[in-house]
Amino acid sequence: MNALSIENLYKTYGSGFEALKGISLDVREGEFFGLLGPNGAGKTTTIGIITSLVTKTAGKVKVFGIDIDDDFPAAKRLIGVVPQEYNFSIFEKVQDIVTQQAGYYGMPYQQAMAHAEKYLRKLGLWEKRSVSARELSGGMKRRLMIARGLVHEPKLLILDEPTAGVDVELRRGMWTFLEELNRDGRTIILTTHYLEEAEHLCNTIGIINHGMLVENTSKRELLRKLDMETFIFETSAPVVSLSPLENVSFNLIDETTVEATKSKARSLNEIFIHFEANNVFIESMRNKSNRLEELFLGMVEK
Amino acid sequence: MKANLISLLSIAKKEIIRIFRIWVQTLVPPVITMTLYFIIFGSFIGSQLLDIGGYDYMAFIAPGLIMMSIITNSYTNTVSSFFSAKFQRNVEELLVSPTPNWVIVLGYVVGGMSRGLSVGLLVALVSLAFVRLPLYSLTYAVLFAVLTSFVFALAGMVNGIFAKKFDDISIIPTFVITPLTYLGGVFYSLALLPDFWQIVSKANPIIYMIGGFRYGFLGITDISVWLGVVMLLMFSVLLFIVNLFLLDKGYGIRT
Repeated sequence: MNALSIENLYKTYGSGFEALKGISLDVREGEFFGLLGPNGAGKTTTIGIITSLVTKTAGKVKVFGIDIDDDFPAAKRLIGVVPQEYNFSIFEKVQDIVTQQAGYYGMPYQQAMAHAEKYLRKLGLWEKRSVSARELSGGMKRRLMIARGLVHEPKLLILDEPTAGVDVELRRGMWTFLEELNRDGRTIILTTHYLEEAEHLCNTIGIINHGMLVENTSKRELLRKLDMETFIFETSAPVVSLSPLENVSFNLIDETTVEATKSKARSLNEIFIHFEANNVFIESMRNKSNRLEELFLGMVEK
Repeated sequence: MKANLISLLSIAKKEIIRIFRIWVQTLVPPVITMTLYFIIFGSFIGSQLLDIGGYDYMAFIAPGLIMMSIITNSYTNTVSSFFSAKFQRNVEELLVSPTPNWVIVLGYVVGGMSRGLSVGLLVALVSLAFVRLPLYSLTYAVLFAVLTSFVFALAGMVNGIFAKKFDDISIIPTFVITPLTYLGGVFYSLALLPDFWQIVSKANPIIYMIGGFRYGFLGITDISVWLGVVMLLMFSVLLFIVNLFLLDKGYGIRT
């Protein structure tokens, strides 16, 4: 079953700006779906329509088979949303923010408290439950929004840039938490600017650009499309000369740093043999950027 | 239905917690203002004036001052709370949930009424320090207090939906509600006005609200009490429909 089906979704804002130009995509139940795209591509508009904050101009949206035009409240019960920007009252207590949200979904207070405790503990906020939200750090505020989005136990969790501005350690912690949720059977849709994040977490990826879906496939299939990859090599001594090699382009960044862009036809072993033949000895090596990023840039720059 | 009731209580609880969290801003200032009115108009000036309808001036203005507090605070609470929910974007918490729009309206209105009636009660308690207020009909006093609070909380919600900036939440209270309240018979009886101004005054709906409430305490009135009840019921229905229409259209809350 599809957790989300979007068919020919259009959105034109009052200003005349066409944010979505006929997007269609399906997200299967249990999937970890990454929705990528540059700023202004239409990601947040798409999420806004699914969660009722934005009214669509045309098209169909179904959540677990429920058409939002037929029964939006029923569809909303199945969705949890974690927005990009903080949208809770900063003057309220952490626990109140979470339990009130459960109340809006019709959950009795005792049950809401139990759920709030479960998620606030899991997200490391239980000790902060009685402080007002304005006293939380940026990372804590993000985790609070995740706890709030989960308190009614939605089957589909939508996160809009959940780790923006979060430090590396916390980001890794959030990844582990989201992977756990997904393993427990929850469908997750994530938009992110961190392509490393999408590559690490998502098994299916959709790329939006200029209001159109330019790609929607499995991560494995997407990475297979990547035919060029760039590596940076640090050498143990200055490079005097480097002869050309077919299917590889070398670029000397400085006297001890070589950038090599290779096609799939070349193995890294052959490049190492070539370096050795040229008396160039490698001290260390790294990817220039993550693989998805290269593919993404190739697609959105077209 | 049970889910909607829980949702309604959640909104109302949040609003009531807010009122008491910022009690220095919500409950104390109107009580201080009204105490000054009692001292200046009631004691200093009122003691020099003749009785109105058989009651001394302090007893005459006390119900008007209580009603003035109810009107102002019911309106102010919904307009400022809903606008700040829009401004801080925490209204989205409600919009993404399955809470129906009529529950959202009622939740905020219950919040507005809680503040309006709480302040009204506090002002009534303060008035006891100045005058022994009779109670002619508890039913009329409560009926007019509750309906007026309901109407002005609904009106504040409409203002909150339309408001785009902070200035927008003070324009109507400053330029419409305050003048109509002052001219609505808080401090004087209609009978004291020339005929022409009596007729003009009867076009002011607040005169019926204050008149009906005063009737509940003193048993005297310049207006038709039943017309006041009918008018309040009509405003209640009309403003509730306007609120629902605006929220259904997503005015000011959905793009």
